[in-house]
Amino acid sequence: MNNLSLILMLLVLMAIAYQFGMTRSRSIAGGNNSSSMHSRPHHYGMMVGLWAVLPPLAVMLVWNWLAPSVIDGMVIASIPAEFKPELEQAAIVMRRISNLAANFGIVAEAADWELNAASYLTGLKQQSALMLTALMFVVASLGLLLSFRKIQPSLRARHQVERVTMGLLLLCSTVAILTTVGIVLSMVGETLKFFTFVKPSEFFFGTTWNPRFSTAGVADGSLTGSQGSFGLLPLLSGTMLVALIAMIVAIPLGLMVAIYLAEYAPSKVRNTVKPVIEILAGIPTIVYGFFALVTVGPFLSDIGASMGLTIRATSALTAGVVMGIMIVPFISSLSDDILTQVPKTLRDGSLGLGATKSETIRKVVLPAALPGIVGAVLLAVSRAIGETMIVVLAAGNSPSVTANPFEAVSTVTVTIVNQLTGDNDFASPQSLVAFALGLTLFVITLLLNVVALVIVRKYREQYE
Amino acid sequence: MSESVAVNNAAKVKMTARDVKVFYGDNQAIHGIDMDIIENEVIAFIGPSGCGKSTFLRCLNRMNDTIDICRVTGEIALDGQNIYHPSLDVVQLRAQVGMVFQKPNPFPKSIYENIAYGPKLHGLASKKSDLDDIVESSLRRAGLWNEVKDRLSQPGTGLSGGQQQRLCIARSIAVSPEVILMDEPCSALDPIATSIIEELIDELKQNFTIVIVTHNMQQAARVSDRTAFFHLGNLIELGVTNDVFTNPKQKKTEDYITGRYG
Repeated sequence: MNNLSLILMLLVLMAIAYQFGMTRSRSIAGGNNSSSMHSRPHHYGMMVGLWAVLPPLAVMLVWNWLAPSVIDGMVIASIPAEFKPELEQAAIVMRRISNLAANFGIVAEAADWELNAASYLTGLKQQSALMLTALMFVVASLGLLLSFRKIQPSLRARHQVERVTMGLLLLCSTVAILTTVGIVLSMVGETLKFFTFVKPSEFFFGTTWNPRFSTAGVADGSLTGSQGSFGLLPLLSGTMLVALIAMIVAIPLGLMVAIYLAEYAPSKVRNTVKPVIEILAGIPTIVYGFFALVTVGPFLSDIGASMGLTIRATSALTAGVVMGIMIVPFISSLSDDILTQVPKTLRDGSLGLGATKSETIRKVVLPAALPGIVGAVLLAVSRAIGETMIVVLAAGNSPSVTANPFEAVSTVTVTIVNQLTGDNDFASPQSLVAFALGLTLFVITLLLNVVALVIVRKYREQYE
Repeated sequence: MSESVAVNNAAKVKMTARDVKVFYGDNQAIHGIDMDIIENEVIAFIGPSGCGKSTFLRCLNRMNDTIDICRVTGEIALDGQNIYHPSLDVVQLRAQVGMVFQKPNPFPKSIYENIAYGPKLHGLASKKSDLDDIVESSLRRAGLWNEVKDRLSQPGTGLSGGQQQRLCIARSIAVSPEVILMDEPCSALDPIATSIIEELIDELKQNFTIVIVTHNMQQAARVSDRTAFFHLGNLIELGVTNDVFTNPKQKKTEDYITGRYG
């Protein structure tokens, strides 16, 4: 019996056990159910259900974890002495034997001892599955019966159920946290590997970005010779330039929208306009990307030409402007929430002193909301720095240190895409640098988020 | 209701209300109120919750304008000029008729900036030293100067509730209004802070006309010269405070102040 059907059976068992437990608790309670029993009937049902299912599940996990290595060991031990593989060869031999047993992926003619081992393996697996099923059945019945018999008015079933629920919630949050930790650790590992090729000082302070690809004639073992330059600064300056332009577009636009929505718009307008603006946030960034490439870039270029400026169609300006538009709903929506949170009593106080509406907004509402707005802006900045698709398409991909927004630039994210796409040796610095870049980006956005959160939290305490 | 609005001829009338009605959407909150408010008096509005006394108070400096669905009809005049006339600017009106709210609402700025806020808006001070003078005299008149003179740059929100409320009073004094409206100014304060504010009101009436809404009948009896009793959006009785409390003319007033309802 395979694992999936075992789990399905456990679920069915749980439902049955739940009914048992509930019925029994009701019959013990008799007529006066609520007063005499410690917990409610469904708690008793749940408790019996959990006792019937969790122990066999644990047995199954442990068994599946231990059984394969035990079976492998037995199979290896059964191989006649003259064919016995060396220790490091054992895994390869085992793979071939299990392929034979599964009748799948066999390359050469199989030897007799191999066939014997394969059929032995098949037998062992069947035995193992049978034993597991039997063991689980025993454990499940024991759990069900014992917990069923334990039901009495003083039994604190609710506490048991709640403890299990809490454990489950803890497990889920642990999964989320461990995933993050795992991603960071793997990035750190690859980054350290990268730093064995390139010195950190060259990476962080280098001003040239020219990673020659390893296929371009690098001799084995002499990677240090002509591996190219991995200077972070051109990418970082490009990232910052694009993000800066995006902010110059998004902050005024977003704030004005927020002020209009929060202070001036009649509720009817607000209720339509706000969702419409938020639709902007739902447009996939790749769509913004080709919008930038096909429409905005040529448009800016034409405007530049009419004013005697040379603006490339794909430039920091194009990418920044479109990215700014992408971020507008982010800033406007957050700021709108923050502005509406400013208490009405503050507005009344200002209006009651004879301030006009715009004076009240400028001198009381905005200063009071400023920390929150700064937090919103910082969150938007970290969004802009991490944005990829728009810059891939519209920034021109030319890694150079420049402050001229009309030039093509490249950003950290674009470079990661370039380094990891195509046929690459994943042990070469050309690929590993992507992890170093990713980690750098991660640290920058993390810091921005932390600063933003600290500011937002401070803001929350202000009106207490 | 003509006897209730009758006023001693020697006193100058500061504000008049004639047939004031207030609607919230389709609900009528106030059903035609006539009232004269005399210069340099303290007039108290009492009545059960929802009787319209705060609503009427907020008509006096058009704070109801900030509520979208609120509509006011009738005529309210300040020094003979209709404050709901289209030619009148509400900003100027509110500089003349200041307001102190139920909950102390200092701005999240320094104590100094809280007071200087109004004078700066209205351009009352051309020099920094003038502004300093206004801040000091306002705080002195609100009886707060000695407590805060060494920490003017600290946030106003860091003061105690009673101090915050006196800061708000000082803030409204700073723009030199003629009338100060107080909407249950002591309801969020402890008895000691309340008695300080009541003493303050007594001093302020030398220079200002004060309209105070209160739920506390003892407070109305202590601080006011005249008392108006509101019930279900009507002005039931208006008279000299002592008369209203000791010898009410209306049955409803008597029932309310003797605690039979409300």
